[in-house]
Amino acid sequence: MPLATRFALGKELIALAKDHEFLLFNVDTKAVGLEEFGTLFPGREYNLGIAEQCMMAAAAGAASCGNKVYVVSYSVFASMRACEQVRSFICYPNLDVTIISSHAGLQVGSDGATHMATEDVSIMRSFPNLTIVQPSDETCARAIARASVDFHGPLYIKVHKAPVPDINPSEGYVFKLGKANAMCSYGDDIAIFATGVMVGKGLEAAKRLREKGINPCLYDFHTLKPLDEATILEAAARCRCVLTLEDHTILGGLGGAVAEILGEKCPVRMKRIGIRDVFGESGEPEDLYKKYAMSMDDILLAAEQLVGIK
Amino acid sequence: MVSYNESDVARLKEIARSIREDIVDMIYHAAMGHPGGALSSVEIITALYFHVMKIDPDNPHWQDRDRFVLSKGHACPALYAALAERGYFPKDDLKSLRKTGSHLQGHPDMNKTLGVDMTTGSLGNGFASALGMALAGKAAKKNYTVYALLGDGELQEGIVWETAMSAANHRLNNFVGIVDYNGLQITGWVNSVNRIEPLAKKWESFGWLAFEIDGNDMTQVLSSFQRAKKMAGPVMIIAHTTKGKGVSFMENVAEWHGKAPNKEQLEQALSDIRGGDQ
Repeated sequence: MPLATRFALGKELIALAKDHEFLLFNVDTKAVGLEEFGTLFPGREYNLGIAEQCMMAAAAGAASCGNKVYVVSYSVFASMRACEQVRSFICYPNLDVTIISSHAGLQVGSDGATHMATEDVSIMRSFPNLTIVQPSDETCARAIARASVDFHGPLYIKVHKAPVPDINPSEGYVFKLGKANAMCSYGDDIAIFATGVMVGKGLEAAKRLREKGINPCLYDFHTLKPLDEATILEAAARCRCVLTLEDHTILGGLGGAVAEILGEKCPVRMKRIGIRDVFGESGEPEDLYKKYAMSMDDILLAAEQLVGIK
Repeated sequence: MVSYNESDVARLKEIARSIREDIVDMIYHAAMGHPGGALSSVEIITALYFHVMKIDPDNPHWQDRDRFVLSKGHACPALYAALAERGYFPKDDLKSLRKTGSHLQGHPDMNKTLGVDMTTGSLGNGFASALGMALAGKAAKKNYTVYALLGDGELQEGIVWETAMSAANHRLNNFVGIVDYNGLQITGWVNSVNRIEPLAKKWESFGWLAFEIDGNDMTQVLSSFQRAKKMAGPVMIIAHTTKGKGVSFMENVAEWHGKAPNKEQLEQALSDIRGGDQ
């Protein structure tokens, strides 16, 4: 079983910390594989107690003194409880703070709606200066960790509670911030843009569509801001229809962001798979995806409908 | 060590007087701003920038400098006047406060204004940022001190107490807070809007060393910083002040929390400040 993206990111950061100077602030959550950090690197980790707002503003203060600071929290708290601290004290002064934000989407499962961040990208995407990334598997998460240590400015890394299948090659994988990865290029019938845990599902969907005679291309949008507009426009113009996949609300997430670009620059038929303006709930993630019209069947149906009417 | 003598006190009182003149003048030109809480904080800011803090206006980003965070960011005219007087930027700039294209924003911006250590304005958050600066100083084994000035009404924000708890837990002896206890907030007396008393006991119960002074008395302000330096902090100086200090018609009047004087009121204010015994 692969490591969950949150653990992969944490393990990689521990490996990187030997050669890269950075501080780590946490709020009594170490659920991203950073449990040993304070022991391995004494004096570089500070636990601020269960106080997310204080941690974000403190991280900004520490960064203002010339440090790179990583903070760890759950996505619902990082994006909502500490929303203003992220906006006004990290993004506005453009400080070198990396926010590790765990437990994205319905994939959280049994914890229920209060602990499922289903709108963090919509919120965070509206803040100038902030870069937002989300890995699609363990390999991608490790690549994001490596990219983050050399990154300057506010960075939001969205990671996941449960493991997802490996979909990227562990050898020769190329990750470039802001550049979507082409995952398969079967043809020009439909362009599928996916992010996070939905990239794996998109890959499976692409294979099944091909068996049905529909030849899609699929891209992993690991960088949600700045969005890879060139790839979006090129693929949309070539395929003339677009399907987006995300474990997040379709209001303002990847689907919304893609629609903004296509609406202005390349209007084509599109559908958005994601959470449709409702809150999540406790349950098995796969059951929830079915209930919220985000299952494999829903993805295949949406793709077939798009190809049929384009 | 921040020792001082009578001539220091006299010199600092003169600077405080000049800063008060600048405050009312710049708010008059901006036609908006917060004179009350800026005027109450003048002795504290003057003492810090002209006597206490280890800073270098020629090297504003010096890594080992002491830091000042104006957590009650709306009092920024006092900070801007002090920075200009200290030589961070020309005094003429003060008249551009809040105007389009000015580097002097309505609330402090660390990237726009030279000498501002932290962007602040949304209450409570500056104090938490100052905590991060103090932690960073500890992590880097630097011996700078972080000073944070809070409003009394600001203490009603929850993040202040998250920060208080954490600073004590990390035994930060490089962290000094000052409460500008002028007693008034926008809608009235702080202790009737949402009582903050017993204040010294609150800080002490959170693990801070706290003591009270007259925050508009320059000698007491100087001695409080001297005392704070010797204490194994974090230290909170509860500075009793007068809102609108130095301007007869602004003193203890809540309305002057966020209102600009007109021409006539400006003249009266300047005359009060120039004639006052400060």
